[in-house]
Amino acid sequence: MDQPVLSVEGLSIAFKSGREWRGVVRDMSFTVAPGETVALVGESGSGKSVTSLAIMGLLDRRQSRPTGSVLMNGTELLNLPEPAMRQIRGNQVAMIFQEPMTSLNPVFTVGRQIGEALDRQGAMSREQVRSEVLRLMERVRIPNAATRIDEYPHQFSGGMRQRVMIAMALASRPRLLIADEPTTALDVTIQGQILDLIKELQQETGMAVLFITHDMGVVAEIADRTVVMYRGDCVETGATETVFARPEHPYTAALLAAVPRLGSMQGAPLPRRFPRIDTTDGTIISEPPLQRQIDRKAMPVLSVRNLVTRFAVGADLLGRAKGHVHAVENVSFDLWQGETLSLVGESGCGKSTTGRSILRLIEPRSGEVTLDGFDVMELRGSALQRMRRAGQMIFQDPFSSLNPRMTIGQSVAEPILKHGIAKGREARALAADLLGQVGLDGSMFDRYPHEFSGGQRQRVAIARVLGLSPKLIVADESVSALDVSIKAQVCNLLMDLQDRLGIAYLFISHDMAVVERVSHRVAVMYLGEIVEIGPREAIFANPQHPYTRKLIAAVPIPDPARRGMRRAAAADELKSPIRPRGHVAPRREWRDLGAGHLVMQTG
Amino acid sequence: MLIYIAKRVLVALPTLLIVSILVFSLQKLLPGDPVLALAGEERDPATLELLREKYHLNEPFVMQYLRWFGGVLTGDFGVSLRTGQPVLELIAQKLPVTIQLALMSMGFALLIGIPAGIIAAVRKGTAIDWLANIVALSGLSIPNFWLGIMLILFVSVKLGWLPASGYESPFVDPLRSLQTMIMPAFVLGSGLAATLMRHTRSAMLGVLSADYIRTARAKGLDGREVVMVHALRNALLPVVTLTALLFGELLAGAVLTEQIFTIPGFGKLIVDAVFNRDYAVVQGVVLCTAVGFLVMNLVADVLYVLLNPRMRSAL
Repeated sequence: MDQPVLSVEGLSIAFKSGREWRGVVRDMSFTVAPGETVALVGESGSGKSVTSLAIMGLLDRRQSRPTGSVLMNGTELLNLPEPAMRQIRGNQVAMIFQEPMTSLNPVFTVGRQIGEALDRQGAMSREQVRSEVLRLMERVRIPNAATRIDEYPHQFSGGMRQRVMIAMALASRPRLLIADEPTTALDVTIQGQILDLIKELQQETGMAVLFITHDMGVVAEIADRTVVMYRGDCVETGATETVFARPEHPYTAALLAAVPRLGSMQGAPLPRRFPRIDTTDGTIISEPPLQRQIDRKAMPVLSVRNLVTRFAVGADLLGRAKGHVHAVENVSFDLWQGETLSLVGESGCGKSTTGRSILRLIEPRSGEVTLDGFDVMELRGSALQRMRRAGQMIFQDPFSSLNPRMTIGQSVAEPILKHGIAKGREARALAADLLGQVGLDGSMFDRYPHEFSGGQRQRVAIARVLGLSPKLIVADESVSALDVSIKAQVCNLLMDLQDRLGIAYLFISHDMAVVERVSHRVAVMYLGEIVEIGPREAIFANPQHPYTRKLIAAVPIPDPARRGMRRAAAADELKSPIRPRGHVAPRREWRDLGAGHLVMQTG
Repeated sequence: MLIYIAKRVLVALPTLLIVSILVFSLQKLLPGDPVLALAGEERDPATLELLREKYHLNEPFVMQYLRWFGGVLTGDFGVSLRTGQPVLELIAQKLPVTIQLALMSMGFALLIGIPAGIIAAVRKGTAIDWLANIVALSGLSIPNFWLGIMLILFVSVKLGWLPASGYESPFVDPLRSLQTMIMPAFVLGSGLAATLMRHTRSAMLGVLSADYIRTARAKGLDGREVVMVHALRNALLPVVTLTALLFGELLAGAVLTEQIFTIPGFGKLIVDAVFNRDYAVVQGVVLCTAVGFLVMNLVADVLYVLLNPRMRSAL
């Protein structure tokens, strides 16, 4: 093997917390060879991002203390003086980050920001810089680079911004590219494009890539070797194939087992719990299958007909809207007791707006919604409040959806008190019981949200809605922000509750693998419309609409055999659902494939 | 951009109208009769009636307002009840003095406040940060008049370096003008500098922890470039708006400062006019001030849009 580009030996990192130093990374060792891709995987808090920032020398020197050794082409980087470190950062190693939305400076054009990385010595003429920037933008396949060079970051979509970040990183012709969760914030089809781009550029330039991610599917697709981190320790290092086929450490095994795999549910019409994993020895304990059958002859719990929600954009001199975002356009579906219908699609497709419109958290423009016998659209005042007992919502971000000034007990008891279900001591007992039902201890009643992890908070949020015995729960990306193992646990909890209580879920998610696991039926949304709806098995095994196919094909599969595979998808962006004033939505025809499988006719 | 400015001006017009009504009616509510002040010892009802007639003070309120506002629109602010001088002439005399004071004070405030805020943010938690905060807090809590009096006492009376009062136009004797104005401008600017420093510091701290600052550092830019180019422009956005709002405070402060240093400016004009119930002058001065404040805010809005490309494309 060649001399490694990067060689990390016994790296430990401590952070100052109060007067003490607390170790967050212990004794990390790995190497990255030229042209090689090494993945650093682990769940949140495992120390993977901190490791990458330490390599770049970007940690605050007063707050952190890295020890050990980081060799870049033979140069020791730890404790290198800042001017020398700047030379390394500008020339040998470049980095791209997770949040393309916030990682570019909003007040400078993208051309200028790329150019800055190019000409740090000021030796190039303005024309030279500009033509080189153009060349880089074309290289990362930004369409119409010549016109977009003078645009500002907010005029670019997330995927295009990440391309700009990559162009910026390439400007210094780095020997090593550190990519810190570069695709996590992107839609799955865009993620596929960015991964392909990184692979291509690596082939062209021969640079090494250190790829930091929590997504085993992405690891399998891109990495030659894999380093697994767990709570600040490096638990396993090896060729990606070996790590996936024969994980040595129980944590690795547990991590792999928890990853939902697309296609693993073929031939199973009902949802299935995720297997439980013993993290001490890695044994997998299968869960008993779910029992509840759905009676589709009965009245649906939720019935939506021709729902339309639009938002005004812009205003002319008279204050009239220039156009509308057609967020939800003519959406219809039914949902029965004990059933999970998943709404899938990419950001901006209107799936969240649909969920909120149904509970009238957003005012829809027209349509009919019947929820547990309530004519939702006609409700006013107290009747609207009563309806909300039947339909409840769980949100994505467990950190901001609990009031930090209320104990979790108060949070859970509040809806019980407000809706007059119980009072005083009785309410408290009920809330404690609910906490027990979601797998939390009643003794946690008087603690505050900041003392809980993300998964625990999401359990609190579930307990809070259960207090009202809802018929329908709208779960809006409720497990998206959670780590894989926690995600599996929360999904299992939701499925248990459904099996026991017969709750219907409208499960809004962009994660196709999770959707395959938890749903009875699936609806695919694109630009505000449902383009395909049907039984989950049919949608995944026999997708008919081109967009459904594209969506499923883009999901990374945690199987290293697929490495090097290209999707050959063009660098396109989602079209916009903004229509000018007076736009009339076209009439749509659906083709019936039987068993409730409907596909929108294209063209 | 022109459309945007036109829109903002359109919004400013009704504001101005409301201000003019307020200005006009507020002083009708003030106690005291200008005719009595004017007539002095003379209390002959016939004379008073004659004076009322002359200044249209016997007409209905609305008529008085319309007469006044109509005049204002044609550039006629009326005449001072006290001296008989046209109000416009008085304003034209005093306004440049106050503008000079305001500009110099704002200059002081910006030159001290913004750099101090940047340094305090970059050196957060160090002795420099502490020092800047202590100085800023002192600047905010020390009243203008006390600082002014102390400065006169030490710099003018004890050391004799600068004149304690008076005014000279910069077009007549620039050096002398600077000498008379530097202390009042410093006194007036110090409080604003403190406010600006505190806001620049917190805006800068927010920006310095932003993702794009990390990107800039990862690119290999040096610390000065990161702070002065990438961070500063973003941090200045809220400061621009604040500066325009501070302009109001500046005008209020000018009244007091001009009294202390006996500068013949707007502040002195308005104080004298209020004591003499010289309605026309008070109205003219307050209206002028309001226009100045509106113009400053318009400038700030435009500047904000120029600095912030996100706003530009939202136009």
